[in-house]
Amino acid sequence: MSKIHVSTSINGDAVEYLCEPEETLLDVLRNRVGLTGAKEGCGSGDCGACSVALDGRLVCSCLVLAAEAEGKTVSTVEGIAEGENLHVLQQKLLDHAALQCGICTPGILIASKALLEKNPDPTETEVRYWLAGNLCRCTGYDKIIRAVMDAAAEMRGA
Amino acid sequence: MVTEYKEGSVGAEFNKREFKVVGTRPPRPDGVDKVTGRALFGADFTAPGMLHATVLRSPHAHARIVSIDTSGALAMDGVKAVVTSEDFVKQTSSGNQDTLDNCMARGKVFYDGHAIVAVAATSVKIANAALKLIKVEYEILPHETDVDAAMLDSAPVLHEGRKFRNIPEGNNANVSGYWEFGHGDMDEGFAKADIVIERSFKTAATHQGYIEPHATLATMGPDGRGEIWVCTQGQFMVRDLAAAFVGIEASQLRVTASEIGGGFGGKTTVYLEPVALALAKKSGRPVKMVMTREEVFRASGPTTSSSTDVKIGMTKDGRITAGQAKLRYQGGAFPNITAMLGAMTAFASYDLEAVQTQAWNVLTNRPKQAAYRAPGAPMAIYTVESVVDELCQKLGLDPLEVRLLNAAKKGTLSSYGPTFDEIGLVATLEAAKAHPHYAAPLGPNQGRGVSCGFWFNFAGNTSVSMNINEDGTVAVIEGNPDIGGSRASISMMAAEELGIPLEKVRTIVADTNAIGFNDVTDGSRVTFAVGLATIKAARAAIQNMCGRAAQIWGIDADAVDWVDGAAVPTGHNAGDFPPMSLAKIAADSAKTGGPIAGHFEVNADGAGVSFGVHLVDVEVDPETGFTEIKRYTVFQDAGKAIHPDYVEGQMQGGAVQGIGWALNEEYIYGEDGKLQNAGFLDYRIPVASDLPMIDAVILEIPNPGHPYGVRGVGETGIVPPLAAVANGVSHAAGVRMTELPMSPPRILAAIDGAK
Repeated sequence: MSKIHVSTSINGDAVEYLCEPEETLLDVLRNRVGLTGAKEGCGSGDCGACSVALDGRLVCSCLVLAAEAEGKTVSTVEGIAEGENLHVLQQKLLDHAALQCGICTPGILIASKALLEKNPDPTETEVRYWLAGNLCRCTGYDKIIRAVMDAAAEMRGA
Repeated sequence: MVTEYKEGSVGAEFNKREFKVVGTRPPRPDGVDKVTGRALFGADFTAPGMLHATVLRSPHAHARIVSIDTSGALAMDGVKAVVTSEDFVKQTSSGNQDTLDNCMARGKVFYDGHAIVAVAATSVKIANAALKLIKVEYEILPHETDVDAAMLDSAPVLHEGRKFRNIPEGNNANVSGYWEFGHGDMDEGFAKADIVIERSFKTAATHQGYIEPHATLATMGPDGRGEIWVCTQGQFMVRDLAAAFVGIEASQLRVTASEIGGGFGGKTTVYLEPVALALAKKSGRPVKMVMTREEVFRASGPTTSSSTDVKIGMTKDGRITAGQAKLRYQGGAFPNITAMLGAMTAFASYDLEAVQTQAWNVLTNRPKQAAYRAPGAPMAIYTVESVVDELCQKLGLDPLEVRLLNAAKKGTLSSYGPTFDEIGLVATLEAAKAHPHYAAPLGPNQGRGVSCGFWFNFAGNTSVSMNINEDGTVAVIEGNPDIGGSRASISMMAAEELGIPLEKVRTIVADTNAIGFNDVTDGSRVTFAVGLATIKAARAAIQNMCGRAAQIWGIDADAVDWVDGAAVPTGHNAGDFPPMSLAKIAADSAKTGGPIAGHFEVNADGAGVSFGVHLVDVEVDPETGFTEIKRYTVFQDAGKAIHPDYVEGQMQGGAVQGIGWALNEEYIYGEDGKLQNAGFLDYRIPVASDLPMIDAVILEIPNPGHPYGVRGVGETGIVPPLAAVANGVSHAAGVRMTELPMSPPRILAAIDGAK
């Protein structure tokens, strides 16, 4: 079967790629576009390590076909910082020591950013339920939740 | 929160001092890479001309391999190499041969998911298609996955002749190991008791559950030189095993550890690495292998499952008179010593006159167990702490008071042999007793659970080099993959010892050709042992720098001391010179003898044991059997917390893994011997919405064996939660729970059974 041509926008850059019909967006990001920030932890949408935003909507990129990105915008962890300046969420994860191994961190960042865009003032319970699809095996989530709450507070004040 | 211990002891290494860098909470050096997606993990590496390899795995729990025909796969376009067990070198040590046989089945498959053939092709898609063309003829054998059933005479035998140590008469051929520990007269001990409780417990096998699947990239040229990039807890371990399995010398294989996406003990062995290397050798091209999550569950990791009988006697006022445990563990199809560690740790929290533990390891048709955070201890201590709790309940005694009354302390003859030096159990129990959590009121259907925990901690082989750069900065080169922030802690200890600002130091984890041998990142050893070696390497560099200053000043090297990052003359004959900073000495080094470095290599000892106490409040829904964790507090002795954030992180993460073990996590096998829940949907690890905040209280009772008093902190945290949660649930549900995980159906059945 011939490959599919896709024109899309990734982190604000116009990108074109050829993909197989069954190829996932995650595979294309990692293997064809060269953006390895999104991670594959399960390939079945259970761990959230591959989270990206597709037209602003939080998705598991392992469950999205690469062909579906045609004409859309894709946001990955590589696009969160602006030049040398970290996003508030990135800085707060560092300040709160909210990562140990760091494999879940890209997904946590994308998911929390999507949360705060929808709900700038979430309760702890709302943060916990929103991030329930992002598995972290190292931290017990405590410092992650604190970092996201702190980032939300700072972004509201800014 | 850090509670300072007032009466620091002075041991062989430890000297009390005021710290400037140690104990602060600076951002970690690898942090920015990890929040921007730049950090490279195992699956993030590529090489020009790279092939992809996938693995054919056994669909049977136990079978003889009659024949393997790979001709169909080899004939397929895009397939470049195929390997089976025939392509590896027979090993002289049985442990290494077991590891190799686990990487690639030889003659028999021992579990559902056991690797048989690997295919390297130009794409994953082609490799997977080629696997379907491989013909394996099996002679299916009876199987057993349950620990108790595998000990019966009727059980199918996995390997003949694998018994080691002195296995007592009456055990079948699946019993591969037996150990016993203890002291005192058991009969006399139980005779002194006012009450004796005997209980039997079972725990399920769990998986480490690291979010990053195993991944590796190997190359090997016709010159016989290879390279491996891999997510591992030990690049030297990978080098030694992979080189031995493909038959090259260690110097010819350079292994670089990537960033590692969690390990918890599960990445202290090899699965893919020797296979990728063998395929690279055969194909002459780089070969990348990445496990799927299903492969991770079916063929890597899990911990042992257990079945244990415990008997403990207590006087009316709470003194334990005797403790006995019989522990039966299965860790899959190959021998292991996890049961021994269970028997050693079961009663370690107590000062006992009569104690006896016996342990059996049993072979079953399950994947070869791998270490998981304090291997063997959580399930052993769960059983003892459950019975101690029940004794307290029956006698109407406070569970923390009883533990204080019986607590192991300095001078206690431990249940596993050694006599304890300075340990923090009493201080930890007292901190728990004084904490507001312990006095907080409980609501309806709620219960409070308490448990102690213990881990030995390990030290081991360690090499560190330190280069003083000409601009006055410092490079620390170590060889232990950083799982939870160790580069931050190592840099902090280097800055502390050298007396320079932290930002002047950069620590890297080097490949196997760039630094001397290091044991794997395990046993909570890195902050202790690499820290110790870093401090000693700094002292060597300081000695060198004092010599350079003496040379410039024209005085004896003995007359120079090192204070606050600078050489200073000392003693009345030394002369009057202003301090000479590290930066100045480094800048002039070419004139005083050349580059300045310090290094230290050691097989370290003195790791210092670690104790913890956990408090948990749970609420059990009597209609659904669902357990909610309402409040959780961890108390643990860190010796000295180098970076308290990451010490808390270890305590919190360990606690939550233990909560998962207690409530959700379980390897489920069907009658057919196949794993039924090989994915994160059905093997449910705790998620954010399952949990409250996890409060962490660090105690600091200095370890006499470390210059700064450090004890390992990585493992102890997973030990108490099993019993703490089980005790809480037992109080909340009004019935004693004796099997993990305490899933809602199991809790409901226990509540119904008690009616």
